[in-house]
Amino acid sequence: MKSAIAAFGQPLWIRLGLNRFFPHAVPRGQQVTLDRRRIYALPTRYGILFAVMLFVMLLGSINYNNSLGFLLTFLLASMGLLSILYTYRNIARLTLSGGRAVPAFAGGVVRFVVQVHNDDRLPRSAIQLAVKNGEAVLNDFAAQDTVLVELRVPALKRGRLALGRITVSTVFPLGLVRAWSYADLEMHCLVYPQAGPYRPPPLTRRQDQGQHPGGNPGPDDFLGFRPYQAGDSIRHVHWKALARALPMLTKQFAASESPELWLEWSALPALDSEARLRQLCRWVLDAHRGGRAYGLRLPGLEIAPNQGEGHQQRCLEALALYQEARR
Amino acid sequence: MNTRASSPTPLRNETLFQLLAVLGLVVLPHATHLPPWLTALVFSLGAWRWVAARQGLRLPVTWLRVPLTLLTLSAVFAHYGTLLGRDSGAALLIAMLGLKLLEVRETRDVYVVAFLGYFLIIIHFLFTQSMLMVAYMLVIVTLLTTVLIDLNRGRPTPLPVNLRLAGSLVGYALPLTLVLFVLFPRINGPLWGMPNDAYSGMTGLSDEMAPGRISQLSLSDAVAFRASFDDTLPLPQQRYWRGPVFTVTDGEGWRSGRRRDTAAIQSPSYRYFGKPLHYSVIVEPHNRAWLFALDLPASVPPASQITGDFQLLANQPLRERRRYDMTSYPDYRTGPLSDEERQRNLQLPAAGNPRARALAASWRRDTNSPLEIVQTALRMYREQHFVYTLSPPLIREEFVDGFLFDTRKGFCEHYAGSFAFLMRAAGIPARVVTGYQGGELNEIGNYLIVRQRDAHAWTEVWQDGVGWSRVDPTAAVAPERIERGIAPGLQGEGTAVRFEWTRDQLFNQVWRGLRHGWDALNTRWNQWVLGFDMQHQTQLLSRLSLAGFSWQTVATALMTLTGTVLALLVLRRLDAERRGGDPVTRLYQHFCKKLARRGLHRTVNEGPDDFAQRVSRARPDLARQIRSISALYIALRYGGHDPRLQLTRLRREVRAFRP
Repeated sequence: MKSAIAAFGQPLWIRLGLNRFFPHAVPRGQQVTLDRRRIYALPTRYGILFAVMLFVMLLGSINYNNSLGFLLTFLLASMGLLSILYTYRNIARLTLSGGRAVPAFAGGVVRFVVQVHNDDRLPRSAIQLAVKNGEAVLNDFAAQDTVLVELRVPALKRGRLALGRITVSTVFPLGLVRAWSYADLEMHCLVYPQAGPYRPPPLTRRQDQGQHPGGNPGPDDFLGFRPYQAGDSIRHVHWKALARALPMLTKQFAASESPELWLEWSALPALDSEARLRQLCRWVLDAHRGGRAYGLRLPGLEIAPNQGEGHQQRCLEALALYQEARR
Repeated sequence: MNTRASSPTPLRNETLFQLLAVLGLVVLPHATHLPPWLTALVFSLGAWRWVAARQGLRLPVTWLRVPLTLLTLSAVFAHYGTLLGRDSGAALLIAMLGLKLLEVRETRDVYVVAFLGYFLIIIHFLFTQSMLMVAYMLVIVTLLTTVLIDLNRGRPTPLPVNLRLAGSLVGYALPLTLVLFVLFPRINGPLWGMPNDAYSGMTGLSDEMAPGRISQLSLSDAVAFRASFDDTLPLPQQRYWRGPVFTVTDGEGWRSGRRRDTAAIQSPSYRYFGKPLHYSVIVEPHNRAWLFALDLPASVPPASQITGDFQLLANQPLRERRRYDMTSYPDYRTGPLSDEERQRNLQLPAAGNPRARALAASWRRDTNSPLEIVQTALRMYREQHFVYTLSPPLIREEFVDGFLFDTRKGFCEHYAGSFAFLMRAAGIPARVVTGYQGGELNEIGNYLIVRQRDAHAWTEVWQDGVGWSRVDPTAAVAPERIERGIAPGLQGEGTAVRFEWTRDQLFNQVWRGLRHGWDALNTRWNQWVLGFDMQHQTQLLSRLSLAGFSWQTVATALMTLTGTVLALLVLRRLDAERRGGDPVTRLYQHFCKKLARRGLHRTVNEGPDDFAQRVSRARPDLARQIRSISALYIALRYGGHDPRLQLTRLRREVRAFRP
């Protein structure tokens, strides 16, 4: 009874099971298998041309009462019909699952890796994976094999980029019919703001110490070792010690001890918010390259000064997602 | 595992080479009817495209292609005088194909050219529909499909792999093809006017008898018709197959006296004696109305009629093979002649051929008996060194005089024409009958094959009390013609005709056996495959007790059947692949599916052990069974246990597993 009421609340077309005819009914999940009910097929323009040719052949055969003409027409028609099956079979029961996604800066290209698995004994050929802004072609695909497909999507603006609906399609073997299916692997990737133009980094808070704000620490400023912590820059790992099977150590430089660099939203009053984010991004990159410790202050968010890959990533992530929800 | 970036699929050279090779095979049989320059042009265009691809040459630009196209089109037009019609249409398509090769650059062009290739096969069927053509068709279709498959592959693939796929596609399509061939509702064509040359290849008797017409046919081995007899075969001297009858002469040629549309078709009066001959005839299309029957036809096939001079005429010109049953009486007597008929059969031109007229008048003075006059005339042919030849010397004027008194060399139309002229000049009603004489017995199929080279002309004279009776003056000159028929092959210029070999030569006998076997096979092919039309279909369907159903019903049944066949094929294919792998994997997959139905899916990279642990946590009630099955699976798959014993256990446990 309960389920009946729940069903009654649904739109009519879902209740009638018609939703599978709508392309919006895309299977979602980390892993999607293209099953029979969600594979669509329509003739390509060559398929239509082929059908027109068959019709002309049929008319000719009737007109000339040509038996072999009929035979050829029916043979080609049967092959055309069967090729629907072959085409359909070429993508049926493929399993797609989401893999890694490599973030990028706006204006760059985000690479999504999708894992495609062929579970049965049928080798596949020439399968196209397409998303809104990118596509990839899977050529030969052996039986019971798994292939990693890289989908490159242009990163147009900062924020969270969803891979979106993947269209898996094929026209193999004859190109007369296109079979396709959809899968949404719910893959996302960060797009950092595009780095702004070079600008001198902001002054540190503790100007009274008289240090030059942007002073780059040289190798001379080496201070000593401390135990490795997650997030320390790999460049500062004492590899020689590691090679001697000692615990992992991080080299400490004078700069690490130098006053922290604060990268602040409020330091750029002249710019609009996106330009500020681009500038902050630039500073984060420069500071990281310089091996300095830096902190990031955005309205309502503060990341304490630190250094290393993990720290940079956290800062960039904060910049990417700043007020994302509101946009 | 590999990672591939996206890339478009350009036309690969291997695909192009395959396409060019197959197109060569498509065009090759057309060479029999194409002008040689066109065949040469198309092949050189293909060869050029091949070289261009190999050397990476640039393809010709538009300003070069357009004039070349126009030039070729005008050359085709100049050769045929038209662009419409079967021959010129085929030539045009082939020329277009050759020119299209110059601009084959991308995928789209390959489709266009490959489809044109498919189309050229059907065009070739307008020229010949022999049994071998089916094998040819299957080969070409498979090869063209291989090219399409290669085109759709993203990367070079070994030819055998593509061939196997194309072969399986063609193989699976065959049953469906046969269903469609038998059940698809046939409509009696034509739907529109046929081009004039559609039947130009058909040979046969013509509607007038001019010297040289029949001797042309005598070189042709083409089959005119086949006749199978219910019980007894007619004697060789009875095998006169009556065709068009001619009553009007200008002194040289003979033609039918009445135009068909104005003909007052009367039912002829006659009496029969003796035993009738029952037989059926399958006549090859000859684009004329006449049907052939032994003298004297006593029945009229459906959709045809019999004229006053015992000609059988179909209502429509015979443009396809036709089969009809006949009864004939070799012994007959026809009734009296009306004045109008007598006059028509005594017609002679007002003047000309004075010597022949004088000769006939002298016979007339000697006797009053028509029979004696006939015998005198035949004696003249027999005794005065007349020669029977396929290539008689040309007679410029006064044809009958020239033949009878000067050249004395002629073919059957010379003899029949001059004899009828003499009879009429002597006051005896006479006419010329053309048709076929003889026929070769096919022992394998037990029927007579009558070929175009059996074409013959003879005469009929009318006598009181007897009616029309057949007189064959050729038999007086060359009795072997009637007994054995003309040998196939070349006949020497101006020499006497060579006759068919006698049967005691061994080689000849073996050759005959092969030829007859092939002909018998062909006859069935013609009857059951090529001749399969609306009538046959109705017949067949009624035999399957579908009689009385409209063709719409049959079409619906056809659709259902086709759908069923397709569905069965789908299931077969899908099942074949699902059942893939060894029984162990299959059982484990079955186990996973049972769990999946309860919402416990195994991910792609989850090992059986991990999966078992995860699932056991989710369903502690099943943990024991799950662990047992997984352990068995792992042991069977990767361990070295006794497989048979364990497999039975695994099967039992999976079957008993009810999540």
